[in-house]
Amino acid sequence: METGKSLAHDSAEIQVTGAALYTDDTVTNAGELVVGFVGSPVAHGVLKRIDLSSLYRIPGFVAAFTWQDIPGVNLFGPVIADEPFLVKDVCEYVGQPIVVLAAENASALRKARPQVQIEVEEETPWLTISQALKQNSFLGTPREIKRGDFEGAWRKADHQIEGVFYSNGQEQFYLESQAVITHPGEGNEILIQASTQNPTELQEVVAHMLGIGFNEVVCSCRRMGGAFGGKETQAALPALMAALVTKKTGRSARIAYDKDTDMHVTGKRHPFRSEYQAAVDKEGNLLGLKVELHSNGGAYTDLSLAIMERALLHVDNAYFIKNITLRGQVCKTHLPPNTAFRGFGGPQGMAVIENLMEDIAAKLRRDPYEIRSQNCYGNSPRDSTPYGQRVESRLPQILNQIHESSDYKTRLEKIGQFNETSLTHLRGISLTPMKFGISFTATFLNQANALINILKDGSIQVSTGGTEMGQGLTVKIRQIVAEELGVPSEQVKYMTTSTEKNHNTSPTAASAGTDLNGMAAANACQAIRARLAEFAAELFADTQVGLSKSPEAIEFSEGKVWDRRCPEKQVTFGELALQAYRNRVNLGERGFYRTPGVGFNQFTGKGSPFHYYTTGACVAEVEIDRFTGQWKLERADLLLDIGHSINPGIDRGQIVGGFVQGLGWVSMEELRYQEDGKLLSCSPTSYKIPNFGDLPKDLRIELYENPAPNGSIRKSKAVGEPPLMLALAAFAAVKQALGHISPGKIVPLAIPATSEEVLRCMTWLEDPEAAWGLTNSEIPLISKPGQSHTNMAEKVA
Amino acid sequence: MKVSMTVNGVAVSHDVEPRTLLVQFLRENLGLTGTHVGCDTSSCGACTLILNGEAVKSCSLLAAQCEGAEVTTIEGLAASDGTLHPIQEGFREKHGLQCGYCTPGMIMSSVQLLQRNPNPSDQEIRHALEGNFCRCTGYDNIVKAVQWAASQS
Ligand code: FES
Ligand code: FES
Repeated sequence: METGKSLAHDSAEIQVTGAALYTDDTVTNAGELVVGFVGSPVAHGVLKRIDLSSLYRIPGFVAAFTWQDIPGVNLFGPVIADEPFLVKDVCEYVGQPIVVLAAENASALRKARPQVQIEVEEETPWLTISQALKQNSFLGTPREIKRGDFEGAWRKADHQIEGVFYSNGQEQFYLESQAVITHPGEGNEILIQASTQNPTELQEVVAHMLGIGFNEVVCSCRRMGGAFGGKETQAALPALMAALVTKKTGRSARIAYDKDTDMHVTGKRHPFRSEYQAAVDKEGNLLGLKVELHSNGGAYTDLSLAIMERALLHVDNAYFIKNITLRGQVCKTHLPPNTAFRGFGGPQGMAVIENLMEDIAAKLRRDPYEIRSQNCYGNSPRDSTPYGQRVESRLPQILNQIHESSDYKTRLEKIGQFNETSLTHLRGISLTPMKFGISFTATFLNQANALINILKDGSIQVSTGGTEMGQGLTVKIRQIVAEELGVPSEQVKYMTTSTEKNHNTSPTAASAGTDLNGMAAANACQAIRARLAEFAAELFADTQVGLSKSPEAIEFSEGKVWDRRCPEKQVTFGELALQAYRNRVNLGERGFYRTPGVGFNQFTGKGSPFHYYTTGACVAEVEIDRFTGQWKLERADLLLDIGHSINPGIDRGQIVGGFVQGLGWVSMEELRYQEDGKLLSCSPTSYKIPNFGDLPKDLRIELYENPAPNGSIRKSKAVGEPPLMLALAAFAAVKQALGHISPGKIVPLAIPATSEEVLRCMTWLEDPEAAWGLTNSEIPLISKPGQSHTNMAEKVA
Repeated sequence: MKVSMTVNGVAVSHDVEPRTLLVQFLRENLGLTGTHVGCDTSSCGACTLILNGEAVKSCSLLAAQCEGAEVTTIEGLAASDGTLHPIQEGFREKHGLQCGYCTPGMIMSSVQLLQRNPNPSDQEIRHALEGNFCRCTGYDNIVKAVQWAASQS
């Protein structure tokens, strides 16, 4: 069996020697130009004048382009084309590209930048959700999912719990910043080499912008140095810039953002504001829930509507809620368009209900685990989501198992005793479940094609639209192909992703890369294998010994092929391939796959958008320093049901990596903006992502043994995004710990629960008068240097 | 100006602008692109290499400062016959990498760690590698990779 093996990452061998090439590592082409841009100096303003006259005196400077130089369309966007490539009249975020510059070398480019004169009439920007709500500034129309009678449940409730919950943004922080190289071809042809999760999208936006057919553009991607959603749509702008330069100059062009530029101008995880009302009975059953979600979409639509949709589809998380009304709307602000980031709205939706579960427990003075488990999805009719899809999962069993294996009960008691006696520290523990829907909610994206070529030596090339960003897609697809054709994985090579081989592809996203592309590849393999079995049957048939031609009897295994009835006569896969070629058997195949049974009506909010759910749970224990608010994750137990893993080594890596990224989101990653819309935390010196020291001392990962997984390819389940949401357990544990300060009181805490937020919250719990600023809020804006320090409490209003 | 140094055992010499960084010198003048740039502000560690026996961040050094120096980059770590250094093997075997972008820097820092402390504890590894960021792995497998390498000698 090739699947199920923990093979190393596809390129591990060359990645550890430095030989693996990332986009900007590619050797410079003769005459290649270096590309950069000058962006808007303000978050909101009217572009008055661009003066490029002094540029041409700079030695090595080649050309500058503005919107007037665009041959085709100056608008793009994955769903709604509302984002200008280069500003024509209104600037909508700091750094928004206005002028594209091309130079012979980096030093000429550096000299050129300050010579670009841009005059903008500044207008007041709005940056936060609260500010946008005041302006009635939205993107798209609201979405709603509704079932039952919330109002009725609310009126009859024993406990009415209401509040507003905030989760703030997060920078993707892929280590390799955006990078694109473009090359001219013959006539209109243009070749794009990019660090992108979506080569097809780059192909299309570039063609639109240049006013040429999609068929004139080829886009390829060998690998990315991380992406996490941040290279889905965000790769478009650099690609457009380089492509425009190549088109205008006829020369190769390269753009590679530095980290600061990347952080300033690219979109991030959406901040969310969620206003909730929960109807709860005496026993702690959640009888009704109403949530109004607002996200900060930034200046243009990008993927915000789909992200809001996924947030709405994940508010229920693991809980059955009979009466529910969910409404979501995206706010337009003057920030770079916020975009995909691992979880795609799911984490923000789930955070609302996990926060609420803690609040219900606090109010009822109950163990939150009990509240969670009694509200968990179960058997019919308690298996139906608010949008109508049935939850086939083993969530109750998973909760049970981790409750036992983590020794939750004893530890909870011990923590209680600790908190009674410690004057310096607080501890908390929490167990949160996770259920994440797998498939794109835009149904049409759930398709893929794959190309399999068998060469005359029996080696195999596989190409799909799937891109490799570190998640291990390429090695998994090699394993799938190897297993289908009965050869060792080493015999299969995953080729550079290119629109020339696989067209109309979906982004490598939604955790569905292996599901979709693996299925398409397997389909192609099956067709070829049938042809080869037919041919081999003829080869092995021997009337002398009474062996009839029987394709069903042909075995393919470990690189050998034989007839089951006569195992002593074997040929290698390579020999068979050569023979087949000589006998004019087709040794290539294109496979196609579409996910069956998925569909969702965004207008009625009903349907079965997901092929299946990936589920799991986490128990986290934290300790807070009462003097500083600093907290540490002491121990984390993770349990996931990922079906029959294709590569357990890779999947464990995904689990830890996703979890730690989620930990960053809930604990330390804080985006701070100045009042004028400038991002201040724009480099790793001011924006902290988890480091070695943030790993819990004790980290335990287990895979749930599901006897009958309902996964996808080879009964495996998607694993890319789900583990990120397990980190909500750490956030819930912090709330738990803080709850000891004033039992029975609801703890107001936002994501991220930074030391500052925790300290503020502790102070507020002890004495609301003494607290400074707001706990549980949008992250306050920082006043411009030289301006009087605005009262923090008023900031967000 | 002319800058000369020994890189991976080979004497090299190039005419460069005085402001050229060591990492640029390696990537642009020598074509050694295994050393990556993550942040160019000496925070992420992606550009780490060994300079005169010490792990340094090559994005915050001028090439000119390294005149006459002895530099080892990720390309120079494996034996000349291609046999991987145990740390390289460790990262491959123990899934110590995902996107691989931080890997060269991470490996170079680990080389220094094991030179100074051939048998580091879990905590010592975490502490020694704090100057290197990884956004993909969550660090756990990196710790295991270094432990694996340590157990090989
Ligand atoms: S690139 Fe040198 S430390 Fe980040
Ligand atoms: S493996 Fe991607 S940053 Fe470390």
